[in-house]
Amino acid sequence: MQSSTSSNDSVLDANIAQAASASSVHAHEHGPDLRMFGFSLFLVSEGMLFVGLFVAYFAFRASAPAWPPAGTPELEKFMPSVFTAILVASSGVIYLADRALLKGDMGKFRLFWGLTTLMGLIFLGGQAYEWANLTFTLKSGLYGGTFYVLTGFHGMHVIIGIILQIIMLIRSFKAGRYTPESHYGPAATSVYWHFVDVVWVALFGMLYIL
Amino acid sequence: MVQIAQGDHPEAPTGWREYFSFSVDHKVIGIQYLVTTFIFYLLGGLLAMVIRYELLTPDATLDPNLYNSVFTIHATVMIFLWLVPALAGFGNYVVPLMIGTRDMAFPRLNALSFWMIPPGGILLMSSFLVKTGAAGAGWWSYPPLSAQLVAEGDKMVTNTGEVIWLASVIFLGTSSILAAINFIVTILGMRTKGMTLFRMPLFCWTTLTTACITLIATPVLAGALILLMFDITQGTVFFNPTGGGDPVVYQHMFWFYSHPAVYIMILPAMGIISEVLPVFSRKPLFGYKALAISTIGIGVLGFTVWAHHMFTSGTPDWLRMFFMITSMIIAVPTGIKVFSWIATVWGGKLELNSAMLFAMSFVSMFVVGGLSGIMLASVPVDIHVSNTYFVVAHLHYVLFGGSVFAIYAGIYYWFPKMTGRMLNEFWGKVHFYTTFVGFNLCFLPMHWLGTHGMPRRVAAYAVDFQTLNVIVSIGGFLLGISTLPFLFNVIYCWIKGERATANPWRALTLEWTVSSPPPVENFEVLPEITEGPYEYGKPLLSVPQQQQS
Repeated sequence: MQSSTSSNDSVLDANIAQAASASSVHAHEHGPDLRMFGFSLFLVSEGMLFVGLFVAYFAFRASAPAWPPAGTPELEKFMPSVFTAILVASSGVIYLADRALLKGDMGKFRLFWGLTTLMGLIFLGGQAYEWANLTFTLKSGLYGGTFYVLTGFHGMHVIIGIILQIIMLIRSFKAGRYTPESHYGPAATSVYWHFVDVVWVALFGMLYIL
Repeated sequence: MVQIAQGDHPEAPTGWREYFSFSVDHKVIGIQYLVTTFIFYLLGGLLAMVIRYELLTPDATLDPNLYNSVFTIHATVMIFLWLVPALAGFGNYVVPLMIGTRDMAFPRLNALSFWMIPPGGILLMSSFLVKTGAAGAGWWSYPPLSAQLVAEGDKMVTNTGEVIWLASVIFLGTSSILAAINFIVTILGMRTKGMTLFRMPLFCWTTLTTACITLIATPVLAGALILLMFDITQGTVFFNPTGGGDPVVYQHMFWFYSHPAVYIMILPAMGIISEVLPVFSRKPLFGYKALAISTIGIGVLGFTVWAHHMFTSGTPDWLRMFFMITSMIIAVPTGIKVFSWIATVWGGKLELNSAMLFAMSFVSMFVVGGLSGIMLASVPVDIHVSNTYFVVAHLHYVLFGGSVFAIYAGIYYWFPKMTGRMLNEFWGKVHFYTTFVGFNLCFLPMHWLGTHGMPRRVAAYAVDFQTLNVIVSIGGFLLGISTLPFLFNVIYCWIKGERATANPWRALTLEWTVSSPPPVENFEVLPEITEGPYEYGKPLLSVPQQQQS
């Protein structure tokens, strides 16, 4: 291994010569597909962002004399529960889309995939409706501030999820773009969607139930 | 090699232009990281010179608000634009070579992580140009100080400098999260055949641990900074006590990141040292497994000590006690490391070149910083010296005497591999001795200043402190000057230095089995590993003969 005592110029020449052929020489090597591993790590860090904000929320709540503060009515629970149910159900629907993709049934995949997007949009609409009708604002002390920042952060993630879904849906019309063997895009998007769902369930519990 | 599409690596980095392009080669990116961060290091150093100039006299010479901005940006640059990304630069260059793979797992993401740094840094430096001046609340950016309106002419306005600071740090934090994902996936998923975890060189262990810390801690900082951003720009009251908010929550979130960040800055430095010491002692690394496991130990324990930065923030007694004990426990894995390094050097056949000198002084300077750290972990001492120059002395012994010395050691050690040229030993030693003397002249007297009560972050001070402050400033200026022989050496030798052989140090880790600089995809045939990385005197590899023709 301690091989290199030869002239360095020849080494450099060898490098340059080798560079030209490098990608073809090594094309036969196949490592594992690590994209999903990387994406899960990204979600770990996303999760820590929410964990940090959740802990801050509980710390603020613990320091406040009353929650919600005097004069602010309790949040209305019925409609948010319905929208929550729709978002949670969409996780099941996107799972069905994944299953269809694994079987190569693209028609069924597009059906369930589009349905998931629709359900996400309904959830977002519900969120927008609720924001429009609340009596407090972002500047209404800790209560208003935490409510809007937390739901807003989550809503932003729903929007990103929906954008990803629409991109995958459009791409899926190209024949052979996604196959039962190779479909990293939809797979990562649906993992992301489950993640957004889980975060919402935690948020719903914190903001509406507790 | 699923990630590397064919054609991503069209040609070798034959010219300087490669280094200004969106290259996806981990070696180009590594050098891009190191050169860029070194430029920011020089800028941060110039700010330090301004600080030492101001402190030559007891009275405030500069505008005190400008002084506040200068030390704030000095710290921010040194942490977020020098130490954290410079160590990531070494990781980028060396880790794929060390574990025997052709590139990082996600080369394009890697390039993106790097290319987020120059705009983030330029954004930060540009805040000196806005009317409110750059952020001046210290690198902690504690509210309510950081969230206050500032005077602009005769009216009070939002602190634009602070908003820019927040945006820039969130941006740089995102870059380091992306880099962390890449490191974890590369190290866990792409090691060559036979490279078990416990056959990895220690630098890989420390990079892996650092990446895990970055991944978990940085988002929490981002959360705190985003809430602070809302407070400043939108008028929310999260950290504003007059509106019912709680500034201490910010402190908890901030230090939940920023204490582990200390380990982000020191663990890879320890990794570099663990590579350099055995090579120039010609001995196996003592206690390889203990060093690897204590790295993980420091990484995990690092998450349980943050409130020792908050002993004077109204933290309840039982909590102070808890954090005092956990902080002192960190000394155990750290002590294991220090004794392993000493045992490595002990009885070795030492080769005292520049890399080795920096590595050995890392150990001794780090011990000084570590010991003052234990003093600061003790509640009664900490209350006495909180926010004094004792803390400044401590943190510079750890981050300069520790991390920066290790980075220098790393540059002297890997420069031949990266550039194919040797550095000049004479100028290397000039650099070492001026740095070592300047460093101690600058930071040792700060311990006395601190215990006698000189507060940090104030432009004016009591007349009694002037003599020591002048000594400190002389040391500081010497430290500034000591960078010049280094710069001269690196620039001259990069162009005209003596050619380096593949393995000038006769080291055993994998990066030395390929030519200097290594070919584009590193290995002609991926090596297979049969032994650990420091087995001096034993055959290491069943390497299929590397290309030499």
